[in-house]
Amino acid sequence: MSELKLELKEKIIEQLNLEDIAIEEIADTDPLFGEGLGLDSIDALELIVMLDKDYGIKLADPKEGRKIFESIDTMAGYIEEHRKR
Amino acid sequence: MNNTFHIQNYAHIRANEVALNGESLYENTTDDFSEFIKGAYHHLKTDYSKFFKMDNLSKLAFMAADVLLKNEPEKNIGLVLSNKASSLDTDRKHQDSLETYASPAVFVYTLPNICLGEISIKHQLYSENCFFIFDAFNAEALHTYANSLMQEEKAEKMLCGWVDFDKGNYDAFLYVVAKKGTFVHSTTEINRLYQIK
Repeated sequence: MSELKLELKEKIIEQLNLEDIAIEEIADTDPLFGEGLGLDSIDALELIVMLDKDYGIKLADPKEGRKIFESIDTMAGYIEEHRKR
Repeated sequence: MNNTFHIQNYAHIRANEVALNGESLYENTTDDFSEFIKGAYHHLKTDYSKFFKMDNLSKLAFMAADVLLKNEPEKNIGLVLSNKASSLDTDRKHQDSLETYASPAVFVYTLPNICLGEISIKHQLYSENCFFIFDAFNAEALHTYANSLMQEEKAEKMLCGWVDFDKGNYDAFLYVVAKKGTFVHSTTEINRLYQIK
């Protein structure tokens, strides 16, 4: 699980172009949206694409993303449970 | 009564250099635009984390505008920008990505006028804006449009110019039109300043 969390932090920084943020600055429980990393609605769509592309997870309802993408912890938990690759 | 307007200041970004009113602010020898503009961003202390999410055209327009508007208190500034390549550079990236997974973050930049939104958000401008596609730099069209908006008091000032990016080649020339300024706002002066550097 901790490897997956590290991988997610790397992917988020790279794919969402978070130029000024280092991996160690993202805590597992930090909110990804709002006051945390400050991600926006386009970032949410990128994360949905990332789940499909990298883990074979298709979100039927984009609204599910709200809970899944709360933090690195919640993302990693959901991916562990639903990943197809 | 027709008022005479002036060019308050102008900026160029081309050939690895950012210049304000003809004076160099930043230079870099890299051939890579991303490296160049990132260097300019840090050197000019541009504090705006969303910058790195922008496409190349928006980065170019944003930096040129930021140089001009950094210390500008006026907020009723209309925007009229133009170029030749439209958003073609990003359009190609989006087209390529359709083979696998399209990126929403790339797709949102497949219009040239998105850069106007980026400038407006950063500088909190709720003003008139327009983006034209021309075969070449068209001082007459920019002059006419800016004059018209200012004569009709739709804007107190205008940010005008050319911002073109395609296949790693880039050219930006932006200027601010105001009631007072160093140069008369005329097509002759606009063309002359465009060709400086």
